[in-house]
Amino acid sequence: MFRYTSGSLIREIGVWILAIVFLLPFYFLISMALKPDAEVYTTSSLALPLNPTFNNFSSLFVASGQSNILLGLMNSIIITAGSIFGLIILGSLTGYVIARSTRRWGKATYYLFLIAIVLPAQLGAVPLYIGARTIGLTGSVWGMIFLYTGMLLPLAIFLYAGFLRGLGTEYEEAASIDGASRWQVFFRIVFPLLAPATGTVAILCGLIVWNDFFTALIFLGGSANQTLPVSMYYFIGSLVSKWNVIFAIVIVSMIPILAFYLFAQKRFIQGFAGGLKG
Amino acid sequence: MHSGTEANTVAGQQHRTPGPDRKTRSRRARGVVGFGHWWWALPGVLVVLAIHYVATGVGGFFAFTNWTGIGSFQLVGLANFQKILGDPSKILALGNTLFLAFGSVVIVNIVGLAIALALNRTLKSRYILRVLFFMPVVLSPLAVSYIWKFIFDFNGPINAILKSVGLESWQKSWLGDPTFAIWAVLIVIVWQQTGFAMVIYLAGLAGVPTEVEEAAAIDGTTLWQRFWHVTLPAIRPAVAISTTLGIVNGLRVFDQIMALTNGGPAGATETLATQVYKQAFSLANFGYGAALALILSAIILVFAVIQQRVTRGTES
Repeated sequence: MFRYTSGSLIREIGVWILAIVFLLPFYFLISMALKPDAEVYTTSSLALPLNPTFNNFSSLFVASGQSNILLGLMNSIIITAGSIFGLIILGSLTGYVIARSTRRWGKATYYLFLIAIVLPAQLGAVPLYIGARTIGLTGSVWGMIFLYTGMLLPLAIFLYAGFLRGLGTEYEEAASIDGASRWQVFFRIVFPLLAPATGTVAILCGLIVWNDFFTALIFLGGSANQTLPVSMYYFIGSLVSKWNVIFAIVIVSMIPILAFYLFAQKRFIQGFAGGLKG
Repeated sequence: MHSGTEANTVAGQQHRTPGPDRKTRSRRARGVVGFGHWWWALPGVLVVLAIHYVATGVGGFFAFTNWTGIGSFQLVGLANFQKILGDPSKILALGNTLFLAFGSVVIVNIVGLAIALALNRTLKSRYILRVLFFMPVVLSPLAVSYIWKFIFDFNGPINAILKSVGLESWQKSWLGDPTFAIWAVLIVIVWQQTGFAMVIYLAGLAGVPTEVEEAAAIDGTTLWQRFWHVTLPAIRPAVAISTTLGIVNGLRVFDQIMALTNGGPAGATETLATQVYKQAFSLANFGYGAALALILSAIILVFAVIQQRVTRGTES
């Protein structure tokens, strides 16, 4: 049974006080989002709303055009899901071939991907934008899925290859001897074994795509297919200090990822702690 | 194809019966078991070559041109770089980038390690606290920055607190103050990244055997000695990962600036990343923007190489 000593009790209280101060921004966020227009400047920013209202949230659903938050939410979901799908397919196949290859090019290709992880995106963004504009891929959902898949593929391959190196080849050999084709070996035997790595790829890469602002602003800014961060940026830019409405937008943008995080917090934290160690 | 594979397997098995021969076994593993086909990697390799290597190479080329994004361009040699070095606002952006990267890394890692040490092992509510401290990490930097923009607002909570304790003369528009604005950006980054460092350190601390610490405690060492001589050396890989990832990400700070200050007041919070965006995409100075991006990339690559060295050094 757990018993407090005086030392651990003080430490526990101290950490909780720190946690409460640390989480104060969320109190301001929720409190302000529930205030009616009249209370934004008349009440103290520290106070709870006198007449809490959900009007700020319902006002988001009538906004249209560039600052349509719901449309942004939809686009973000489609683009994130599509990118994760592409990363899992391409990442697992490429990672598998590289991790199992005994030849020299396998090692060389691995380093090709390793260097690409640290290669900063800013320099390539300019020519990529020109290229995408020339072939009409800017402002397109498919173009964005392709771009994100390519941008995060080195990370996905790195995670898959690292996981595969710790995985013995016995199952594959057994299946192969039993007459399974190479495709069957991969999809029936290897891919299911990769599930933990697939989870890490989905969480890490999905989070990067979902929260990305720089690339989305360049490639989707001003189009009808803006993701959530971009439409949030434009919407808030059009609101001058209407903090109650701004915070309603911020809360709507946070709900999907927070719900997902609290639901799968263990996988999230493990993914971050283990996945990035490499 | 399929029947051929089977026939080879049978042949291999027959061959093996007289006695296990290492050479045939390895040939079987490679040629018959066949871990996929080499061309499965082809789409991935081509996509990465195009999106990472070709794009970066072409971007590097534009850094030496005066292209505006449309029409023709000329090679201008090092003119873009001379212009950058001669422009105080770009030097300020470079300084801000380094300040934010290193400032955030120092604070984030000290605070993150302190929280990890406090939460490690003995605390009853450590799981829920870990979830709470990590929460900002998963949020979008843009959304987080809007919350803090309000906190730093003239009508925001900081000034309200100052007023309630009678320090009304200290009130100001924090993000509108040229000296304080960059510190405000730093605070936002620290608030969001501390949970990440904490999680890396918790994973590192989980690998420190309790016996060593207990043995040191029995030998009469102080808490500080134990931390300095036992715990810290054991978690050195975690320190290397956390600090280098923090620096590489800190050098790219973009979202927070765009949301909090848009580079203002009067360029006091511009970074290299915001300048790349503004020059290349808002002002259509593609060549000049590419030159800024090349400088940013070179700085990031230098730190990435240092990271490789440091992590390798701690492993051996």
